[in-house]
Amino acid sequence: MNKNVIEVKNLEKYFEVNSGFLNRNKSIVKAVDNISFEIPLGESLGLVGQSGCGKTTTARSLCLLDPKTNGEVKFYNTETKEMDDIDNLDETDLKKFRRNIQMIFQDPYESLNPRWTIKDIILEPLNIHNIGSLNDREEAVKEILTTVGLTPPENYMPRYPHELSGGQRQRVSIARTLVMKPKFVVCDEPTSMLDVSIRISIMDLMLNLAKDLEVSYLYITHDLAVARYMCNRIAVMFNGKIVEIAETEELLRNPVHPYTKRLISSIPVPDPQYQRQEYELNYDELDKIIKNNPDVDMVDIGGNHFIATHNVKDSLY
Amino acid sequence: MSKDVLVVKNLNMHYETLAGDVHAVKNVSFSVKEGESFGLVGESGCGKTSVAMSLLQLQADNAKISSGSIVLDGQEMVGLTESELRKVRWDGISIVFQGAMNAWNPVVKIGEQIREAIREHYPNNSKDENTEKIKKLFDIVGLDHSNMNRFPHELSGGMKQRAVIALALSCDPKVVIADEPTTALDVVIQDQILKEIKKVQDLLGLSLIYISHDIAVIAEMTDQMAVMYAGSIVEIGPTDQVFSNPKHAYTKLLLESTPSVVGEKKKLRSLDGEPPSLIDEVAGCSFAPRCPDRDTSCNPTLDMELIESSSGHFVDICCSEGK
Repeated sequence: MNKNVIEVKNLEKYFEVNSGFLNRNKSIVKAVDNISFEIPLGESLGLVGQSGCGKTTTARSLCLLDPKTNGEVKFYNTETKEMDDIDNLDETDLKKFRRNIQMIFQDPYESLNPRWTIKDIILEPLNIHNIGSLNDREEAVKEILTTVGLTPPENYMPRYPHELSGGQRQRVSIARTLVMKPKFVVCDEPTSMLDVSIRISIMDLMLNLAKDLEVSYLYITHDLAVARYMCNRIAVMFNGKIVEIAETEELLRNPVHPYTKRLISSIPVPDPQYQRQEYELNYDELDKIIKNNPDVDMVDIGGNHFIATHNVKDSLY
Repeated sequence: MSKDVLVVKNLNMHYETLAGDVHAVKNVSFSVKEGESFGLVGESGCGKTSVAMSLLQLQADNAKISSGSIVLDGQEMVGLTESELRKVRWDGISIVFQGAMNAWNPVVKIGEQIREAIREHYPNNSKDENTEKIKKLFDIVGLDHSNMNRFPHELSGGMKQRAVIALALSCDPKVVIADEPTTALDVVIQDQILKEIKKVQDLLGLSLIYISHDIAVIAEMTDQMAVMYAGSIVEIGPTDQVFSNPKHAYTKLLLESTPSVVGEKKKLRSLDGEPPSLIDEVAGCSFAPRCPDRDTSCNPTLDMELIESSSGHFVDICCSEGK
């Protein structure tokens, strides 16, 4: 039986929105609405969907950056080899938990402190978690810089982020994340700000590191082509809900949910001869159907391929 | 055979900076026919936007067109005075800017901003005529008329981009430059905007210059394309041919580094190193230092020159067969 690195069950994250005179009108935005998934050790899951569908909110809840409203998140404990429910952890355990779960952000220009040197930036998590002696930490920084391809490390350590290019900065972000030797890394569109040619080298770097260091990724992106390159499985999110989840190739070949079909049909193909299939989707109708059937009922249609039925199987598919 | 609307010949443009002259556009030549769409692709900093800005002569103050000619519909554009240029801009050639989010004045209603452009070029139109015109433009780009009286912040990203397209069409230009019109948008919205641009182009018979770093979008949108690297065009030809039979090492690399959702999943190639600084004059092939396909038959010191490899398909001498 394969172990999972993370198991998420019925995760919900609601935001209260105040509006109107003296903020008296209160309403609730269900940014993440009852989603469940699991990621086996060493595998990667792609989370795709439109802007504003709740991808980043999911990521932030998993990393405990925003407390979740409801639901259960279980995480693999590297010492006991058991799944720990993060609600049952005390302060010290939580700190350990955070070592194992890290995040790479979208914008390499804004996620690095401009007044710190590269060495300080990568050293910070080691200092916070008090890992090894000062010398060990410096060695660790050198080692990880070499791993992410910033060689010789001595050249990069005293530099500031503004002296590096976008691709190099994203390598520093990756180094800062992986210096903790995490088991699980949440990547929030780490390559969307980069140029095509540099994008592939960063993606290849992440894939290689995943293999060498046995890291699992939750890879957030709106580009299915990128998700295909990076992930074993893909989950499609729409308005805070996961509507379809399957093995990458299976999902691309046999999309079932109308939103997945729309998403796939909207990706431009780098071949002038290729005619994309048109697929129009009535968003309002889909939205109404989902609102009227809030129960998420993921049905296995075979081959580890799950879809949300919204209780209206016939008219939807 | 349709005629050329825009002919650019040996265009050179540089920015004067304290560190020296930055040669952003080097010897760029291309032409765009009536109703044709022409794609310009390359990585950031390769000079795509500098070419666009030179066409409109909207460059920064420190930018100088040192030589070359831009002929729009028979009229030479280089050397025109500012007041002459103001007549040509928008009337003859207009642009859809990159950031739809920042292209609007936040405190003026969308309709008013489009009206301002029309009034500048057709001062004799009545207010009602202009309103009718704007309504017609909104119909073309698929926006509801009520959006005329909205402020930019009340529109979503996709709607703002549609309004920017309406603005670019407001004075019936012959050539429209689309400078990465969809990079800030979501895939589904991008798809809608691309379809809209295509529809508008067919409807009005426009010539389109489409600038993007995404080769997949170029494949869908354009008839002719040019690949730019470090300020120069390294390959130019019919889009079908460039894709099916790429000649230049850089073009091949671009094609092989783009992931796709269809076809077999294949290993993608990455490109190491960084583009050269545009301050130093590099003699010969500017791609040579990063080129993965270099071999003994390469002679990167040859001055850059486009050689015709098959009809209408030109490639830099360094990667042409007759090198």
